[in-house]
Amino acid sequence: MRSFGLPELLYVVEALRWTLALSAIGFIGGGLVGALIAVLRFADNRLINGVIIIYTQFFQGIPLLLLMLLCYYGISLIGIQLSPLQAAATALTINASAFLGVIWESALRSIPRTQWESGESLALRPWQTLRYIIAPQAIRLALPSTVGFLVQLVKESSLASVIGFVEITRAGQLVTNITFAPLEVFGVVAVLYFIICSLLSWLSRRLELSLRQAM
Amino acid sequence: MLQYLPTLLDGLWITLWLAVLGIFLGFALGVLGAVASVSSIKTYRIVCRVYVEFFRNTPMLIQLLVLFFGLPALGIRLSPLIAASLALILNNTAYIMEIVRGGILSTDKGQYEAAESLGLTRGQALRFVVLPPAIEKVFSPIVSQSVLLMLSTSIVSTIGVPELTGAAMQISSDTFRALELYLSLAIIYVLLNYIFRAALTILWQALFKKTGQKRLFQRVAKPIVITKLDVRSGNNA
Repeated sequence: MRSFGLPELLYVVEALRWTLALSAIGFIGGGLVGALIAVLRFADNRLINGVIIIYTQFFQGIPLLLLMLLCYYGISLIGIQLSPLQAAATALTINASAFLGVIWESALRSIPRTQWESGESLALRPWQTLRYIIAPQAIRLALPSTVGFLVQLVKESSLASVIGFVEITRAGQLVTNITFAPLEVFGVVAVLYFIICSLLSWLSRRLELSLRQAM
Repeated sequence: MLQYLPTLLDGLWITLWLAVLGIFLGFALGVLGAVASVSSIKTYRIVCRVYVEFFRNTPMLIQLLVLFFGLPALGIRLSPLIAASLALILNNTAYIMEIVRGGILSTDKGQYEAAESLGLTRGQALRFVVLPPAIEKVFSPIVSQSVLLMLSTSIVSTIGVPELTGAAMQISSDTFRALELYLSLAIIYVLLNYIFRAALTILWQALFKKTGQKRLFQRVAKPIVITKLDVRSGNNA
């Protein structure tokens, strides 16, 4: 039996890069798909709308843990074997896209209709109106919620430990198994999450305040 | 496969219990906490702030692991089910506190002055004048948070509680039919999602009859996302 010393602590801290990497992958992947979802909703195509509604309601309606299990154990039965990292990244991307898509769509919708009309009166194409008039305003509006969601994503990346991906939660479990010091180890892990997430929360609050002053 | 149905039904039962417990106790404690967090006593405000910041900035999985594996080091041994319930309640309390606090803070100062001019104390003003409309205003984020809590009950499978996900994990290791199993489970969760949304909305309209202006299905089909925009649009409604 080993005690919870510096090497063990370093092992947990080093695993932090995997938590950060996983959150970043989920955020970027989810952001790209989410942006596509938000924009496609404005195409007003019945089929596309239907698909998007089913997609978002389905993936918002199931627990992320279940999505991880599906991506890792589920689809291996139809011959697609993903590594824990690939499975976790896929699950986080799908999950994030369902939430970010809705956040961004509602931000786009909250820009008054007259702004679209003014774009039209300047003879801009719908795409150009979106690009130069609507999006810049919507992005400012959606920024605090987006950063807020990023906090959630960092926390949710902890669920990748269930499928065996070694980020800080899993590293904590592994260290606990050899040191039998769960309180200290999980305490350290909690502090690490707390530092990242409160920095992001603080950023989101600041953005919201500066936004309120600007409007 | 059919022989495993009772295991899954038992799991459903535990999921429902955990979710109901977390939602209602979390709501009750959250409202109390929200009142304390706008109190004139500084200590209360600080304690509330620390509580909310801690629970909102750490994953529920870690909270659960600390409660279940960490506390025995201090001589407090909890059963998996108790640890699970506790984690869900404590976690939900923090989120509801923050949501309701937002509702209270967005109340017009004039409301307090009106209450004061009627001779109500600050506590009475909060209880009778400010709190009811404040909670009403944040209806939609509270329902979203409750549904999210129901979904996060799945996390307690990691400490061996055989709720829906835990039961499915057991069955899957017996049968190796993970795909069908997890897909069926996904459909069950999606249905639960709508059932909870509908049930909470009906309950809400029974409690606050006068505000049932939106049709039930519009409320139920609303996406989950709790955003700052959500709170803002709640203010306009």
